[in-house]
Amino acid sequence: MRLRNALAALAVSGLLISTGCGDSTDGSPGAAGVTGDITVFAPASLTESFTTIGKDFEAANPGTKVVFNFAGSSALATQINQGAPADVFASASPATMKTVTDAGNAEGAPTTFVKNQLVIAVPEGNPKGVKGLADLTGPGVKVALCAEQVPCGAAATKALAAAGVKITPVTLEQDVKAALSKVKLGEVDAALVYRTDAKASDADVDGIEFPESAGAINEYPIVVLKNAPNKAGGQAFVAYVQSDKARTVLTTAGFQAP
Amino acid sequence: MTLDSDRPAAAGPRRARRQRVPIALLVPAGLGLAFLVLPLAGLLIRVPWATLPQRLAEPGVLTALRLSLQTATLATLLCLALGVPLAWLLARVDFPGRRLVRALVTVPLVLPPVVGGIALLLVFGRRGLLGSWLDQAFGITLPFTTAGVVIAEAFVAMPFLIIAVEGALRGADTRYEEAAATLGARRWTTFTHVTLPLVAPGVAAGAVLCWARALGEFGATITFAGNFPGVTQTMPLAVYLALETDLDAAIVLSLILLIVSVTILAALRDKWITSP
Repeated sequence: MRLRNALAALAVSGLLISTGCGDSTDGSPGAAGVTGDITVFAPASLTESFTTIGKDFEAANPGTKVVFNFAGSSALATQINQGAPADVFASASPATMKTVTDAGNAEGAPTTFVKNQLVIAVPEGNPKGVKGLADLTGPGVKVALCAEQVPCGAAATKALAAAGVKITPVTLEQDVKAALSKVKLGEVDAALVYRTDAKASDADVDGIEFPESAGAINEYPIVVLKNAPNKAGGQAFVAYVQSDKARTVLTTAGFQAP
Repeated sequence: MTLDSDRPAAAGPRRARRQRVPIALLVPAGLGLAFLVLPLAGLLIRVPWATLPQRLAEPGVLTALRLSLQTATLATLLCLALGVPLAWLLARVDFPGRRLVRALVTVPLVLPPVVGGIALLLVFGRRGLLGSWLDQAFGITLPFTTAGVVIAEAFVAMPFLIIAVEGALRGADTRYEEAAATLGARRWTTFTHVTLPLVAPGVAAGAVLCWARALGEFGATITFAGNFPGVTQTMPLAVYLALETDLDAAIVLSLILLIVSVTILAALRDKWITSP
């Protein structure tokens, strides 16, 4: 038991160094009474929008610094449950958020701040003429899906079930960006990815909307963490993410308002 | 001294045992061992022993394990077929640019495996340099196939074999080869009848190292070959995806991989590699 604690401590101290959030409470209070470093754990799909929102937040609250740790939601949840010193956790799926709230690591109930929907990503120009889910069932069409263990894979399974379509994918990718890169390289003819991801790589990929994706809308919850070193900062950031200005950034990236 | 020279093989270790081990070496050595073994201990402590039997019985586990063992073995055979001649070339033939070639051979060692996977896609992928030709001329596409897994593993593991075999060749006494040559043996005969038997332990050590690296390969495999149960999902890929939802399942899978590899490596070591 003592060994386990020591190992956990080692892991956490490594994290402290890597995110640079050792001191979060020094310095003088900013305009809104918020100051110091705010450490936000967020899913990879929010990388671009949250980086912009973080800069806006820092400008609105002088004396603050928003430090992000972007990774897969599940990996982040594991880190938090192993004691990582984060202030805010945003997740790409309610199921992953539940592992953190179930472990008693969240302060209050999570709020859904955006929604994301699946599209069919095809290589630029759509060489196979894909128009909808039904076009993905043919033997000559190679399809990449996300593995069911990750949020985009769970959403794909749900959407395909809702549509009553059965696809035999050639690969089950470890995350949405990996599925997308297989499309970009032309190794597959189509992949089910989030609209935001297709939009972020506009140059090489076309996103095709399909009606059945409405049956598998992915909600993104956000919460302040119980053991947050900078709880006030975390609360201010969570409030800011739901402001009109932040929402504009998110909808421009292809997210939907909740 | 006269006693020692009677039994030279036993002389070294016995004399070392009589002397005291310097603290300056013992302490860092102990720390080094702890550093390597403690994470394993951490894994073992967390193994969910109670649910272990039913987790092992899950059909996906055996499929992934079988695929891992098959592909790692095939990759090792591929590495032996190509790597041993390349190591011989590097050790025995003096050609211009040899140092550059030797440096290039080690590139997969420093390249992040994910980048290696992308590089393989750019060459063997559907739109790749060779892949597009393979696709058009023969209808062969390597990504998302078991052959793709073997290629990804061989790409990452081959340098281990080449380095080991080249080292063995350089350490081998070339006078045997010269004697064979003076007796009229051609270079190929010398290679098969003198050189190979001479460096067999080195080749075996390299093959074991290569196999172990191939067995644990993750990045290049998932990038180049993708992930599909029974076709391209090897144990490391199964572990990674299990980690997304179920830490205990991931630990169990890792434990199996660990036990299988340690058992096989220990068995091979006793049989083939004679450590002094």
